[in-house]
Amino acid sequence: MRPFSYQRATDPDMAVQALSAAAAASKPLTQASAQPLAGGTTLIDLMKLDVMRPTAIIDINPLAQGWSAIEPGSENLRLGALAKMSDVAEHGEILRNYPVIVNSLKLAASAQLRNMATLGGNVMQRTRCSYFRDVSYENCNKRNPGSGCAAMDGVNRMHAVLGISDQCIATYPGDFAQALIALDATVEVTGRSGTRSMPFAELHKAPGNSPEIETTLQPGELISAFLIPGRWPRSVYLKARDRQSYEFALSSAAVALDVQDGTIRDARVALGGVATVPWRAREAEAQLKGQKFDDGLAQRAADAAFADARGRQHNGFKIALGKRVVMRALQQAVMMEI
Amino acid sequence: MTAAAPEPKANMGKPVPRYDAVAKVTGRATYGSDMPLDNPAYAFLVTSAIAKGRINSFDLEDAKRVRGVIDIVTHENAPKLKESKLFSNGGYAGTTIQPLKSADIAHDGEIIAVVIAESYEAAREAANRVKVNYSAVTPSASFDSQGTTKAAAKGQNAQFKEDPKVGDFAKAFDEAEVQLTASYETPTQHHNPMELFSTSCAWMGDTLVIYEPSQYVYGLKNGVAEQLGIDADKVRVVNPYVGGGFGSRGSMTPRTAIIAGIAKRLNRPIKLVPTRDQGFTIATYRAETRHEIKLGASRDGKLVALRHEGAEVSSRADPYCVGGTKTTTRLYACPNVDSLVSIVRADRNTPGFMRSPPEVPYLFALESAMDELAVKLNMDPVELRRINDTTNEPIGGKPYTSRSLMACFDEAAKAFGWAQRSAAPKSMSDGDWLIGYGCAATCYPTQMAPAAARVRLQRDGRTRVEIAGHEIGTGAYTILAQTAAERLGVPLEKVAVFIGDSDLPPGPVAGGSNSTASTCSAVMMVCDQVRQRLFKALMPNESLADKAKETVGMGQTPSTEAARSDRPLDLEKAFDALGAGVVEEYGEWKPEGAPLDSFKAMHSGHARLVGGAAMKDKIAYAFGAEFVEVRVNRFTHEIRAPRLVGAFAAGRIMNPRTARSQLMGGLIWGMSSALLEATEIDERTARYVNDNFADYLVPVNADVPGVEVILLSEQDDHINPAGAKGLGELANVGTNAAICNAIYHATGQRIRKLPVRLENIEV
Repeated sequence: MRPFSYQRATDPDMAVQALSAAAAASKPLTQASAQPLAGGTTLIDLMKLDVMRPTAIIDINPLAQGWSAIEPGSENLRLGALAKMSDVAEHGEILRNYPVIVNSLKLAASAQLRNMATLGGNVMQRTRCSYFRDVSYENCNKRNPGSGCAAMDGVNRMHAVLGISDQCIATYPGDFAQALIALDATVEVTGRSGTRSMPFAELHKAPGNSPEIETTLQPGELISAFLIPGRWPRSVYLKARDRQSYEFALSSAAVALDVQDGTIRDARVALGGVATVPWRAREAEAQLKGQKFDDGLAQRAADAAFADARGRQHNGFKIALGKRVVMRALQQAVMMEI
Repeated sequence: MTAAAPEPKANMGKPVPRYDAVAKVTGRATYGSDMPLDNPAYAFLVTSAIAKGRINSFDLEDAKRVRGVIDIVTHENAPKLKESKLFSNGGYAGTTIQPLKSADIAHDGEIIAVVIAESYEAAREAANRVKVNYSAVTPSASFDSQGTTKAAAKGQNAQFKEDPKVGDFAKAFDEAEVQLTASYETPTQHHNPMELFSTSCAWMGDTLVIYEPSQYVYGLKNGVAEQLGIDADKVRVVNPYVGGGFGSRGSMTPRTAIIAGIAKRLNRPIKLVPTRDQGFTIATYRAETRHEIKLGASRDGKLVALRHEGAEVSSRADPYCVGGTKTTTRLYACPNVDSLVSIVRADRNTPGFMRSPPEVPYLFALESAMDELAVKLNMDPVELRRINDTTNEPIGGKPYTSRSLMACFDEAAKAFGWAQRSAAPKSMSDGDWLIGYGCAATCYPTQMAPAAARVRLQRDGRTRVEIAGHEIGTGAYTILAQTAAERLGVPLEKVAVFIGDSDLPPGPVAGGSNSTASTCSAVMMVCDQVRQRLFKALMPNESLADKAKETVGMGQTPSTEAARSDRPLDLEKAFDALGAGVVEEYGEWKPEGAPLDSFKAMHSGHARLVGGAAMKDKIAYAFGAEFVEVRVNRFTHEIRAPRLVGAFAAGRIMNPRTARSQLMGGLIWGMSSALLEATEIDERTARYVNDNFADYLVPVNADVPGVEVILLSEQDDHINPAGAKGLGELANVGTNAAICNAIYHATGQRIRKLPVRLENIEV
């Protein structure tokens, strides 16, 4: 770890000022000299590994007073970005109406991490690609733009099959983001010119030709809240992994359904563990909408979700696995007694 | 009694709580890097980013500018060290690849520079700023890589003496009514003990003190002295507690002499705490193995032919191998046996001992094959073992000193509910989960080594036991205290135990599960010497030897009635008669069959284990049987093992509490080995990729909801005075095969390569 200064942000303006002042046009935001600290569960890790080398840490935890509320409303659920994962997962209203959120949080990380980690930090967590996290590998387009990708033909069992490019196949590792993207969440961002909102689906950027740019956030911008429209009591987060707890997804599915009289009025499907960014499977949703559910329909939806998937040496299994996970999540959602 | 403290059965000690329990749970136990040093400097390692090639140059400018940097040591300015031979060739080293000796690089993660600074943080920062210019050569990573070489182990590894064989395997196999040929693979694994591979070196004049987690303080002391070219009496190794070893700390690693040499040059104590990922390459590991098993049997299940061929990866420099055929060729009755072990050399660091080194990979192959044979024979796998159970090993015909294998199978089967199993694969399920039951035999050689001890008894009963043993989490303090208390007839709380210090009388390596048998036998012997002196004072005219035997139970295990009830010694009176306040005795014990040079080797830090299959007229093993329930999700193919049940017999159980804990840990480790643990190697670069606890998976509590350990009563008077068989490495042997056998039962799919992951399942 390299030396850094530590500053506590007493109000959002101060944090935004400090962060935007440190951003350089020539560098991606993840390499800016000042970085925000919330739960610290990703940032501190990557600093120890010398992957991230900020010279200033802006601690935004003092903003929690304004930014950590959990507010279930009649039309929206509003979640402050500094709410702790564990608090949200235990909230009564969310337990009742948003099982997909609860389980995406509960199945993530360990209890200790969930007690520390915030929602905003969680959606911003960075890939677990071993080659990205080990600076002794020179070729990582995410760390050193233009240097190549060691994972492409390396040990890539954990890597993505969707949203990949020939520059990067690093998997987006989170769980909660799948619930957000499935539920059409909006993300509220605070920056130099005040607060703006955008669809959560527009927050992350697939690697394309610039894997070093991971989000559409502008210099100085901080996530302040998430808004989730509607209620989704018939929703599921299913996560397949090597270990029973505290382990990243090999494949996961966030599914939310609105079923009336046996017909699927609305369907939401998002995928985790298989894509470079939080992944909305709209092709699968299109298969489902307006249909009566049966296993054949689930299969068609799953096939549609992975129609564009491409495996490499060690991760090809994720395509078949991902389809089964989607099918099972759909079946579970349909079978839920609301 | 509770689950953690099982009721002792016959020939078991009391399940007393751990001697060091309070110290450990309150954080007062001091590990190597906790030891306070006077004005230390801090070291941080720079390790190689290539596996083969040369260092052209270093650019140290940036690193040297970091405030607090004292020195950066590379091959260009490293202290000159003498070579130490590989432990198996009469040396102390776990590898003969000596870093910082030249610009050449022999494996991924080799130490190429050591940054010394005023703080850990400065050293680490500067290490991050060291730039290295390499000339890389394409390395050979493993079995299937270009450029590896393969040769028989016999003839290149002095400790692998023989490929066991007997009868005419080829003919018997050809003529067998039922034949099975199957190949198996096990992966690279790393020990990952909680305590990192730290070392602290402090010189006081010409005397060196090393604080380091070690499983062999005498080996390390002598090895470092040899490398530094100084008298071994000038080196002291101290480690009252070791945060896990599992074999990784059994032999000397290069880091210690390097740090000691730099500390000498700088005239300052140096503390090194490497990172988790550096531990993957600066110490040893369990190398990947491949096996072919051939079994021939009669229709009624009698083995007529058995062949086990194994291949193991090692480094270019060292012919390390585990060669488990000495066990697998002797486990079952079979008149025609053949075997061969080969070593494949690749551009890797040298592998080394890892918990049950030979038995884990080799028994996985054999016990999987036995299950496959049972399926072919349409026979209960437990019955197949019963049919081939034996009192004598087949290679030399030597009798097992005791063998409770089938008793273990029967006890464990009953506790597990094996009778409820429906034999057909895929015939049991629960909702989304297919259920499979599987079992396997487990065994581990009973080994002993020479050991010395000092025991000091005071008039008020206070006792001090000194032996350079090791507390690697097993309960060594506890059972040594119990042994002395019982032998001397003093209350347990009056016994203080001192271990983990090479200034104490030499104990054996804490490896090969020999510690309990060896150290307790030595302590028993020296306690008897103490009692003899007191008796002599009380009864100067009695025939000492006879009287002592009669009243102290000398030559008997302390569990016998005579030793327990007939203890007429009144300490106060005896001390009065002796006219002294303290009796102190030193003694050296060696096991039956120990070589002539045993005591010399013991003092010079060479482990001389005897026992197992290597004894002259007998063979000694501990046995067990393991049953597992696995569940395979029919949708996700996730594999879980909710129930592990093992029954074990290992001679005298010194303390059922610590024994259960070790065996439980073994079962969990075995499950982990079967389903989770594998070090991934990048084939192109021969580098370890998942070198951290997020990517190298070990079980969490949710993975092991049900673990049951059953201790069987067993008495064996033919092994050592303590009557104990080592059990630290017993439980993790059979689990790999038991899990795969259960997966077969759940899914109908036979998986012969570890670890088993969800992508290997096709339901």
